[in-house]
Amino acid sequence: MSDRRASWVDEALREHEEHAAAGAVSDREQQVLDRIDRARRRRPRIREERITMSHGAGGKASRTLTEAVFLDAFRNPLLEPLEDAALLQVNGSRLALTTDSYVVSPLFFPGGNIGDLAVNGTVNDLSVAGATPLYLSAGFVLEEGLPVADLTAIVASMQAAAAAAGVQVVTGDTKVVERGKADGCYINTAGVGVVEHDLALGAATARPGDAVIVSGPVGDHGVTIMLARGELDIEADLSSDTAPMNGMIAGLLAAVPGVRAMRDATRGGVATILNEVAVAAGVGVMVEEDQIPVRTQVRGAAELLGIDPMYVACEGRLVAIVDGQQSDLAVAALRADPLGEQAAVIGRVTADQPGIVLLKTAFGGTRIVDLLVGDPLPRIC
Amino acid sequence: MRFVDEFRSAEKARALAARITELCEPGRQYKLMEVCGGHTHTIYKHGLEDYLPEAITLVHGPGCPVCVIPMGRVDDAIHLASQPDTIMTSFGDMMRVPGSHGSFFDAKANGTDIRMVYSPLDSLKIARQNPGKRVVFMAIGFETTTPSTAMTVLRAKAEGLENFSVFCNHVTIIPAIKAILDSPDLRLDGFIGPGHVSTVIGCRPYEFIAAGYGKPVVVAGFEPLDILQSIYMLMRQLSEGRSEVENQYTRVVPWDGNLAALTAINQVMELRPYFEWRGLGFITHSAMRLRDGFRAFDAEALFEVPGVRVADPKACQCGEVLKGVLKPWECKVFGTACTPETPIGTCMVSPEGACAAYYNYGRMNRHRVVEVEVSRP
Repeated sequence: MSDRRASWVDEALREHEEHAAAGAVSDREQQVLDRIDRARRRRPRIREERITMSHGAGGKASRTLTEAVFLDAFRNPLLEPLEDAALLQVNGSRLALTTDSYVVSPLFFPGGNIGDLAVNGTVNDLSVAGATPLYLSAGFVLEEGLPVADLTAIVASMQAAAAAAGVQVVTGDTKVVERGKADGCYINTAGVGVVEHDLALGAATARPGDAVIVSGPVGDHGVTIMLARGELDIEADLSSDTAPMNGMIAGLLAAVPGVRAMRDATRGGVATILNEVAVAAGVGVMVEEDQIPVRTQVRGAAELLGIDPMYVACEGRLVAIVDGQQSDLAVAALRADPLGEQAAVIGRVTADQPGIVLLKTAFGGTRIVDLLVGDPLPRIC
Repeated sequence: MRFVDEFRSAEKARALAARITELCEPGRQYKLMEVCGGHTHTIYKHGLEDYLPEAITLVHGPGCPVCVIPMGRVDDAIHLASQPDTIMTSFGDMMRVPGSHGSFFDAKANGTDIRMVYSPLDSLKIARQNPGKRVVFMAIGFETTTPSTAMTVLRAKAEGLENFSVFCNHVTIIPAIKAILDSPDLRLDGFIGPGHVSTVIGCRPYEFIAAGYGKPVVVAGFEPLDILQSIYMLMRQLSEGRSEVENQYTRVVPWDGNLAALTAINQVMELRPYFEWRGLGFITHSAMRLRDGFRAFDAEALFEVPGVRVADPKACQCGEVLKGVLKPWECKVFGTACTPETPIGTCMVSPEGACAAYYNYGRMNRHRVVEVEVSRP
């Protein structure tokens, strides 16, 4: 650990000396910003010797893991965009393929359970890729001792969610592991969908002037789960937002030709998605805090815990980047669906400060909204 | 939302900013230190600096609890946590603080049982549920968190819990402020005093700063308007040539502090002769330990603690940042080797740390988005 650390510290110090010696740049602060920018563009490397919880939290550590380990090994043009689903050409049809594993604890929470989450999440990953979801697989890892009644309830929810989304679970697998080797029940679902339009969607297509839209209040799911764990002794009238978004998205795509990119705001929240857009398209993003819909209960819990709703997971919220000229049209199309009743434009894509997401705070100041390092950690005081 | 939105009004902020600007003497530069990390966090989170005239610079002080923990204490804690049948409990902020062989997160990934708690009392729950294990609470923080640790120890004693102890790292704010005031390479015009610490210790302990060092102190709340109002109060004192201790946070801070909390601390803890601070070195009478009567709950008395002393990494300039001598971005490794993902110095760990706050929220070309109109004769 210390040897590896020493090498990159030395590297940074050497770089610092070189740039201090160059000295020609007038603005020292700008020099530092450039330096950070260079450091950020470097090839990601994993510095930890073991996987930590941060690697699964959807922030910088997750991205480093994905790029340094998985993308490095599997690299191919279909994987490289790192979108929610891969787009494939098979005998003239355009298909979308995605997979996701669900390890939520507790298994049952207000507004849903791991079963409907596993179906909705995969349906949504296909939908935001612009595909019509068709078929799902379901893989179960069950812990010895799991009540059969719980499993039956979970599977019933899966079937109900699949029916609501108009998809079928057509293949599956079950494994049972010893008590203590898993946490009740894990589910993996994969999904296939068909792309029936010729829009070129993708975060990289965002351009200055585009509008940033969310389909409803953010952070409901994440805060519901935090409270459902019962560690916080906070109660709130709140339930998960887990829902299939394929109907709402089909309505959006039918009404608005200028949709550039769509993302499902899950782990890492809206903030993480906006950062992905800013980096992929080489643009800036400016959002306005008082335009972002957040339920009072979520705001209250987030204030108490010292976390930011922008980073909290949703399970049925769309972030869409849309041609700025068509933003009203897009908001109207989303609001036509019950899931999108509170859809709102929260900001714009800009040409300033490429790669960076800025927030105009309700207080009237400006700050950066960066990727989180790991899970949002509660502050001490 | 009540109790929040009224302290974040952009309209009031604009009015306050105009009055602050009016108080600036032409050509004079002002350096004000916010002592508390919570203030640093608020300043960056709400973009408060956009409201300040260029003549005013905020200097981020040493009041971030995890930022002042030296590497050696982290190593000691991990040593304690990795003993057989041990569960260590810790506040979330502490999890990423680097020791010389990694952080609590790294130790956890290596199989050490370290759990995040929101209150020290949660550690008692864990101790009750795991009678076969010894539970050690990693106690850190200033006077804000010290009373809850003291109360937890008292509760553990009342319940007769035998498997609970505290690894005490509580520090006190006054000696740190004094160390900063006595540091020769520092120019400060006034202090934004810590709000939550003052709910416990009150405002009197700061009087030596105003009387002895001639620097005004305004104890401030944690909403952005609280801080802006405190800056206004400091600027008024400076323009009128006063140096007093004033209390902006009257809705929470009593002038004499919280006697019940102070009594609990005094009952359970006493001052250590000296304690090592990250970046500031050894400071006398700057930290707490458990009194002899509570040895049964003192991890340092019960278990062998190596007491390692690790020099701060050579490249790290946390000390200068904590003293306000360097701006975070002036540190040699800021943003390159030392980032929130791979912090070298503790200032980069907690969102309250000056470097992390600057890195996460502030590293941009700052445009003063609010044009403050100044009517000057």
